[in-house]
Amino acid sequence: MSGHERDGAAAIEARGLSKSFDGRAALRDVSFTARAGELLAVIGPNGAGKTTLLSILAGIRGADAGTLSVPGEVGWVPQGAALYRRLTVAENLRLFARLERVADVEGGVERMLEQARLAERRDDQVATLSGGNQQRVNIAIGLLSEPAVLLLDEPSTGLDPRQRARLWEFVLDLAGAGTTVIYSTHHLHEAERYGSRLLVLADGERVFDGTSAELHAAVGGGEHDFESAFVAFLRERGH
Amino acid sequence: MRWLLIKDLQILRRSPLIVALLIVYPVALGVLIGFALSADNSKPRVAFLNEIPETEQLQIGSGGSGEIDPAQAREQLCSRVECVDVDSRAEAEQKVTDGDVIAALILPPDLLDKLRSLASLNPQEPKVEVLVNQDDPVKASLVDDRIQALITEANLLLSQRISDEAANYLDLLIKGGEFSLPVVGSFDVLGLQQAGRILHAVGGQLPRGSPAREAVARVTRFADLARQNLDFALPLLGAVAEPISVDKQVVAGNTSELDTFAIAVAAAVTLMFVTVLLVAGSLALEREENAFARITRGLVGTTGLLVEKLLLGIVASIAVTLLLLAALTPLVSIDWGRAPLILAAIVVGGAAFAAFGAAIGALTREVRASSLLAFMISLPIAFLSLVPSGTVSGGVFDVIRVVRALFPFDPALDALQGALDSAGPDVVTALVHLLAVAVAYAVISRVALRRFA
Ligand SMILES: Nc1ncnc2c1ncn2[C@@H]1O[C@H](COP(=O)(O)OP(=O)(O)OP(=O)(O)O)[C@@H](O)[C@H]1O
Ligand SMILES: [Mg+2]
Repeated sequence: MSGHERDGAAAIEARGLSKSFDGRAALRDVSFTARAGELLAVIGPNGAGKTTLLSILAGIRGADAGTLSVPGEVGWVPQGAALYRRLTVAENLRLFARLERVADVEGGVERMLEQARLAERRDDQVATLSGGNQQRVNIAIGLLSEPAVLLLDEPSTGLDPRQRARLWEFVLDLAGAGTTVIYSTHHLHEAERYGSRLLVLADGERVFDGTSAELHAAVGGGEHDFESAFVAFLRERGH
Repeated sequence: MRWLLIKDLQILRRSPLIVALLIVYPVALGVLIGFALSADNSKPRVAFLNEIPETEQLQIGSGGSGEIDPAQAREQLCSRVECVDVDSRAEAEQKVTDGDVIAALILPPDLLDKLRSLASLNPQEPKVEVLVNQDDPVKASLVDDRIQALITEANLLLSQRISDEAANYLDLLIKGGEFSLPVVGSFDVLGLQQAGRILHAVGGQLPRGSPAREAVARVTRFADLARQNLDFALPLLGAVAEPISVDKQVVAGNTSELDTFAIAVAAAVTLMFVTVLLVAGSLALEREENAFARITRGLVGTTGLLVEKLLLGIVASIAVTLLLLAALTPLVSIDWGRAPLILAAIVVGGAAFAAFGAAIGALTREVRASSLLAFMISLPIAFLSLVPSGTVSGGVFDVIRVVRALFPFDPALDALQGALDSAGPDVVTALVHLLAVAVAYAVISRVALRRFA
């Protein structure tokens, strides 16, 4: 990616974010910082508040309380493909490039087709694409504006292992080029393997912020795999 | 916003089946409703059998004014109903039985003879025959009414001619003059005036006090009295010939042609379904495709998206309604000189329907639910707007009027009708009403969109 080379400065900083829907708290006082080029995995059970957190970071929802500082462009890839299935791959990219006021629309579209390896499928309607390819278009749209921070909400859902491997290869490249990537996932090994840091949410609260090794250590290191360690961790905290 | 609009049109182009349904169905429905409404008011077909020998003319009294031409009478009849000329009674009966015509009118061969006898000393009752098919009681009674009205009119005409003739006789009786009878030939009639004068002169020559002079004086007084009173009888006869004359004036309600009304209904129904379904569906689709949050996050805000959907609705309104009107042009008369008004009605009507559709789309948030709701609301509202005043009680009609005013169909129908025909409702009032409705629904949509993502 063209230049988001940064030092270790904070790319995104959240303080005390809270959000409730109809009086039910979805997010309670969540704070964290992510640095440029960092891969932050957000994990937690269903309804923990992962999507709520990411959509606040994306600016789709406002937080009820707390502050957020995001210097620069934020790319957002929602949970589930947000695409027009009747339009072709290229048309989807072009539309969102125009809506995001990308300076060089055609250049941006070509670049994303290349990066997502979808050049041959450019004129196919999205409806005819496999779920994995749809997800790639979905992610490509989030990258059109060359954001400093990329938010991915469960990006690997529905992808086969090979597609998933390709996706992470792609994401690691981005991070290597300096893009901060914050992603949520239910595939815990993805959090363990690719996440440089983990943010664990449960019932809207941040219950852990650290590396996977630190999470293992927090439950005494007795569990031999990460998944067991994670479940034990949540049980200990009463979730 | 332009790109979103292009995107929506692209999506539509890629969904030919939906587009076809979205256009064909409302157009078909609109045309059907429009013509079903006006069909009842169209001229009924009536078989017409004239058995009167062609050469015969009806002459009551003397002079050109006494002539009644059967051909002219036929013309009068056929301006009210569509006449189907038949050659025999059997053919007339067959046509009625087949339902090809709803009635047959038969003028028997001796009709003129009997009519003539009315002015003679031995009057006979003239009769015409009407055959009716009672299969369709509504239409049958309609025809009954029309034929009855025609006969009444004919009777009036005849009684006027007969009273004119009677007046001529009276005039002759009063003033005297030449009179001719077919067999006897022409002779002179003295007349009451003249008789009075002669008697007066004769009376003057008789010796005073003679019984003859007294008798002549009595006859003279009678002659004067009779003349004076018969003078009054003349205008009285005229009054009898046409006791009540009707001066029909339409003071309220729509005076535009039925054709125009049918087109306006067809156009309004089409406009409503196409626009409401399209906008509601298209807005709901943004959410179903999960794209709403993504596009409203960019430079197109929620309000921008709403405006885009309204534009989409207006574009579709113009396209489909003009298509419909163009398709109807060979069948009915459309005054294209009023095109700017028609366009204004379509654009503002389209905007109101689009806003209404957007509200449905924003509230239902699902394509299928929005389509269903659009149908469930639109159709009854349209029918409600077609309920004529006077068919329900006043209180109910007031409620109907309020409900109508809250939805775009009624003002859109008024605007289209007024735009198509100068005799229709006021276009400006209807457009202002539509704008108010459009703004109200746009506000409702905007509020509903807050909970959309
Ligand atoms: N639009 C909304 N209206 C009402 N409640 C909501 C809304 N969005 C989320 N919530 C509630 O907020 C809480 C957190 O939801 P969120 O979608 O953030 O969870 P999540 O961690 O992403 O779950 P999952 O793993 O299933 O995606 C849940 O209780 C959810 O029901
Ligand atoms: Mg989620």
